[in-house]
Amino acid sequence: MCIVLEDKTMEIIDNVGNTPDKLLEVLIAVQESSEENYISEEQLVSVSKGLGVTLSKAYGVATFYSMLSLKQRGKYVIQLCNSAPCYVNKAFEIIRAFEENLGIKVGEVTDDGLFSLEFVSCIGACHMAPAVKINDEVFGNLDRFKVKSILEEIIRRER
Amino acid sequence: MNKVTINIDGRDITVKDGATILEAAKELNIQIPTLCYHPDQSIKGSCRVCTVEVEGIENLQASCCTLVRDGMKVRTNTKRVRDARKKVLELIIASHNDNCLACVRSENCELQALSKELSMKETRLEKIVSNVSIQDDNPSIVRDSSKCIKCGRCIEVCHDVQGVGAIYNLNRSFNMEIGTPLGKDLSEISCVYCGQCINVCPVGAIYEKTDIDRVWKALEDEGKHVVVQVAPAVRVSIGEEFGMPPGSILTKKMVAVLRALGFNKVFDTDFTADLTILEEGNEFLHRLNGGGTLPMFTSCSPGWVRYIENFYPELLDHVSSCKSPQQMFGALAKTYYAEKENVDPKDIVVVSIMPCTAKKAEAARDEMIDSGYQDVDIVLTTRELGRMIKESGIDMISLPEEEFDEPLGISTGAAVIFGASGGVMEAALRTVYEVVTGEELENIDFVNLRGIEGFKEAVVKVGDLDVKVAVVNSLMSAKKVLDMVKEGKADYHFVEVMCCPGGCIGGGGQPIPGTNEIKRKRVEGIYNADKKLALRKSHENPAVKVLYEEFLEKPLGEKSHHLLHTHYVDRSN
Ligand code: SF4
Ligand code: SF4
Ligand code: SF4
Ligand code: FES
Repeated sequence: MCIVLEDKTMEIIDNVGNTPDKLLEVLIAVQESSEENYISEEQLVSVSKGLGVTLSKAYGVATFYSMLSLKQRGKYVIQLCNSAPCYVNKAFEIIRAFEENLGIKVGEVTDDGLFSLEFVSCIGACHMAPAVKINDEVFGNLDRFKVKSILEEIIRRER
Repeated sequence: MNKVTINIDGRDITVKDGATILEAAKELNIQIPTLCYHPDQSIKGSCRVCTVEVEGIENLQASCCTLVRDGMKVRTNTKRVRDARKKVLELIIASHNDNCLACVRSENCELQALSKELSMKETRLEKIVSNVSIQDDNPSIVRDSSKCIKCGRCIEVCHDVQGVGAIYNLNRSFNMEIGTPLGKDLSEISCVYCGQCINVCPVGAIYEKTDIDRVWKALEDEGKHVVVQVAPAVRVSIGEEFGMPPGSILTKKMVAVLRALGFNKVFDTDFTADLTILEEGNEFLHRLNGGGTLPMFTSCSPGWVRYIENFYPELLDHVSSCKSPQQMFGALAKTYYAEKENVDPKDIVVVSIMPCTAKKAEAARDEMIDSGYQDVDIVLTTRELGRMIKESGIDMISLPEEEFDEPLGISTGAAVIFGASGGVMEAALRTVYEVVTGEELENIDFVNLRGIEGFKEAVVKVGDLDVKVAVVNSLMSAKKVLDMVKEGKADYHFVEVMCCPGGCIGGGGQPIPGTNEIKRKRVEGIYNADKKLALRKSHENPAVKVLYEEFLEKPLGEKSHHLLHTHYVDRSN
């Protein structure tokens, strides 16, 4: 398993480039190639070796960008905004709605690996707060009912 | 270079174009407070403590990173400026674990000093201190993120000066912190324990793992025979812990205070530094004449040894097999000295006073047990010795001078200069020249190998041979030589490598601050100490001669091989 992972990482590095300036691009590509939407520890080590950047720097960059994750995530990553505009628009109700519907807390992944919940600081959708981002798609002006139907729609698609 | 004239607080000053407001103010003796600024590092401009008013610009400007312009009018001391600085400091303090009473850096802390300078009062802001998270699963270094003010100095020194890159900034915005990747301890990543991060840290967020209490315990144990060795660089810096100027030579007072603390014998690492020259000098000649691997690298700096083990294991053959003087001392104290004094080696405790944090890790290496016991038991840094003396209440400065004990306290000037970059090479050349040519070396001062520059080289005529040598300090400079060797472009015969910038006088266990200016003074102290000594060549050390006659027989002999030489480990994975 480990060998396969490393091979895959090496292939990505070969495609994107093996110089330090390619760090961010490579990390994004590695994450995209993962079913669970994250970069594993072994992969991070391979990237640091493959590009000749220190592990501390690779880790620093991977933890700086909220789109990158070092923790296993769901196939659908639900990013909840915790910045002020969402906050004043009762984002916490939305958060609770997601938590209740999925049976997990923020920071966790559902048992079937389909969904994970996490906070981010602003997704650029303040005009339709409260808003969330699910993978690349933004959903705004949410309420409890919308949350439910969004999740149901995804589950239907996945069946 | 063009000059510009600016006005600061009503006074004109002409400075060179490209200077910062902070530098210009210094010329007028106006002290602008700073926090992230460090005289030997790049300008960070992140703390905004050095803020000033510039006429015509609405926002306050950070003086450490604002360049002067002709005709500029600056105010450094208005209510607006003072209030802004206080606001900045208040925010820093709100997220700082300020338990000064129990902090190693108390009274030597840039944050504490600043707080006093700005007359800070109790903050009204809510305290949000990150959980005290102490990282110390290694023999040398402790990191405490609850004290970190995120200035980034440690990152710069670790990446750009040492080329190790063990730490970096992690996460972002409010959660940003300085640390190791994947929550690992320094021992699990490539940290070499050089302690350079400690020396630049303005606060108590990084410090050595202290072993003072273990020494106190040994000293009070009637059944133990506790001997101490002191490294060359300590004698020119320990005074700084007691307010003396850097470079003050306190060898004999230091001996006196160590005896007063209760050590049974006060010995000198300089003794084994001389011995190192004989072993290493002969190893060099052996390699030179016998077609051995060249260039030969010196091996007395454990941070350097760990670096090459971590990053260039394929070049380990180049490293001299000689143990460092500290480890040679330990091995001899528990064999030669034990026999001579008729003390059971199991009762001997060897304590070292070192300018170095990596020495703690070196003493703990698995293979350093050639005497049949752990060769060196406890290592204290210069700073820890300072603290120990303060704890004891003894006034070192007023003690009458005393001499080291014999025989492991006898040494030459060649050993003292081990403490500065270039010193080991100079000491080796003083001996190698005379051994090879059989003639006396007239000018024994190799001045062009001295100083704190990172990379020095020279060609020295030894008999018929032009010996090409290089001297490097800081691991980034070492990396240059390693890469040259790898590419087959290094035609040196012999290379001295010191892990710390400036050599041991700039070691990670030395008094703080240790700026380049201070290091230069310590270097001066080292060469002055050398000059004052009657014997200045290692092979003239009478106690070393006796050691060979009575015990070791000859350099590189069987006993030497067993006690004084070692091997290295590939740690690249
Ligand atoms: S780091 Fe400085 S301000 Fe903070 S507790 Fe230590 S001495 Fe006090
Ligand atoms: S001890 Fe040296 S190598 Fe380790 S983190 Fe500090 S500066 Fe880097
Ligand atoms: S540990 Fe010290 S040097 Fe490093 S960022 Fe924190 S305060 Fe600055
Ligand atoms: S000292 Fe100028 S910004 Fe920190």
